[in-house]
Amino acid sequence: MLSCQVLTGEVKVILEGNLCSYDNEAEKAQIYATIAEQKKSKISFDAKKLTDWDSTTVGFLYKLSKGRKEIDVTSLPKDLAHLLQLALKVDRKPPEAKDEKQDFFEKVGENSINGYKSFCQGVSFIKDSMKSMLRLLSGRAIMRKVDFLFALEGCSYQAVGIISLISFMVGLILAFVGAIQMQTFGVEIYVSSLVAIAMTRIMGAIMAGIVMSGRTGASYAATIGTMQVNEEVDALRTMGIPITDFLVLPRISALMITMPFLTMLSDLMGMIGGAVVGTVMLGFSIDEYWQYTEKALKMSNFLLGILHGFVYGYIIALCGCYYGVHCGRNADSVGVATTKAVVASIVWMIVITGILTVIIEEAGA
Amino acid sequence: MIAEPKNIIEATDLSFGYGDFMLMKNISFAVKEHDIFVIMGGSGCGKSTLLHILTGLKKAASGRIKIDGKNLWTSDQTLRKDIMTDCGILYQSGALFSSMTLAENIAMPLQQYTDYSSSLIKELVSLKLALVGLAGFENFYPSEISGGMKKRAGLARALALDPKIVYCDEPSAGLDPISSHLLDDLFIELNQSLGTTFVIVSHELPSIFAVANNSVYLDAETKSIKGSGNPKELLKNPPNEKVKEFLTRGENIHA
Repeated sequence: MLSCQVLTGEVKVILEGNLCSYDNEAEKAQIYATIAEQKKSKISFDAKKLTDWDSTTVGFLYKLSKGRKEIDVTSLPKDLAHLLQLALKVDRKPPEAKDEKQDFFEKVGENSINGYKSFCQGVSFIKDSMKSMLRLLSGRAIMRKVDFLFALEGCSYQAVGIISLISFMVGLILAFVGAIQMQTFGVEIYVSSLVAIAMTRIMGAIMAGIVMSGRTGASYAATIGTMQVNEEVDALRTMGIPITDFLVLPRISALMITMPFLTMLSDLMGMIGGAVVGTVMLGFSIDEYWQYTEKALKMSNFLLGILHGFVYGYIIALCGCYYGVHCGRNADSVGVATTKAVVASIVWMIVITGILTVIIEEAGA
Repeated sequence: MIAEPKNIIEATDLSFGYGDFMLMKNISFAVKEHDIFVIMGGSGCGKSTLLHILTGLKKAASGRIKIDGKNLWTSDQTLRKDIMTDCGILYQSGALFSSMTLAENIAMPLQQYTDYSSSLIKELVSLKLALVGLAGFENFYPSEISGGMKKRAGLARALALDPKIVYCDEPSAGLDPISSHLLDDLFIELNQSLGTTFVIVSHELPSIFAVANNSVYLDAETKSIKGSGNPKELLKNPPNEKVKEFLTRGENIHA
């Protein structure tokens, strides 16, 4: 049981009985209130009838005594007094909290400055990666062959299964949705042309890009981010090894090489998915379906798709590596870097697709 | 007559290895209640592995561990949980959860294993932080404090449930001499006032001599214990050349 007595210039806190795991809010609140009222009084204790205590008792006494100048612990049990004194002995004070309130203009200003800094950082990273690629072409880049082969392995045959499955399903869905509309005009056979054009021109590349962004781009950000947490990136910097050569170049090269092939695979699997709908649902023969597909296939569309795949490879690797290199120093930051890498690569893929489409349309391709 | 303190940890015939490679063979020792017990030895002798075995993170290939008379590798999961709540662990890096404030880190075991009210938990968190010299740092994140402070906060979390035993893995590693000295003092003060038994893995001689009242020396070559007792006594009367070499930093040998 806890109680207190107000004496002249002194507040006596009386501790009685077994105070292990003591959690009587009402009694405690009353004592806290009395102590708060008697700001300048000395605090003393009467623990003659205290039979047992634990950390909760020390926690209560610590809260009472914190910030008070005069505390008399002589009547407390020796160990309890020792613990209380140990807790009250402040080694270091936390730094003063900053006034974090910002007005609207300060927020806009700070966000603008941060946005500009991020933009400059991004541009500088792209510039560095380009320089590394030029160094690679001139044979002066510090890139380990084994790193490149390891990256190549991760984004080549290991990605075939998932890309095949997703593209097959997309081709199937495209054909299915197209068939519903075309049936109303009796031109279901043109489903094959729809799937062939869509997959080869853009959908194959986009599907490969999205899958690789979630699969490989995220893995790049997590790997390099963890290296940043473990100070491996700092070690490279202090050794004077350009991180874009050592970490970024093998990954960018690997993805730029494999993405056109993965795009071709995606095109093919999409058309197979379309053919399944064309033959099973719409009742065309394989020969008939293939005849119309062949008519719709154009080399220019196919090459445009490959070009998109090549560019997406660069974007995905760049975003993954950029957010990995600029990752923070704790476990959370790795998760944040991975998320940002995937989101940024998908957003930039769409933006670049828009830009390329306008350029290609203007060029009349 | 003062009663002899009981053995709070009893390790009997512990062996551990990876495949054919044996890291320790038939290791037996006992830790007395309220002791500061140091497991010392050179790099690669299996100190940290032994700590992992004592804390239940790794299972020994053979042998038995008793904590306060209860078998650690009991088949009863509830009993094992009870045994582990009597143990706090301070990891080498502090191992604080980076997404939580120091207060949240320390409150977590209290929320998990007690039915205390939130105000009582808050009081206990403040106390534990104050005990390790971090009063007022409740709302700081691990990334905002120094390495030494992270270890202190890690110790506060290890002490959250008032454990009977606190295991510490290389507590002085990476600390400056003053922080290391302050941490040693803290172990002694907490040991004296709370009566907590500390089992410390270390190879830092100044810390070992400052805190330990009992120890074992693990030898990497023979994979066994080559010496045990108070390190100061071992230094005065080394049982063999290995222990002497370690405790004198090899100075006698090289001289």
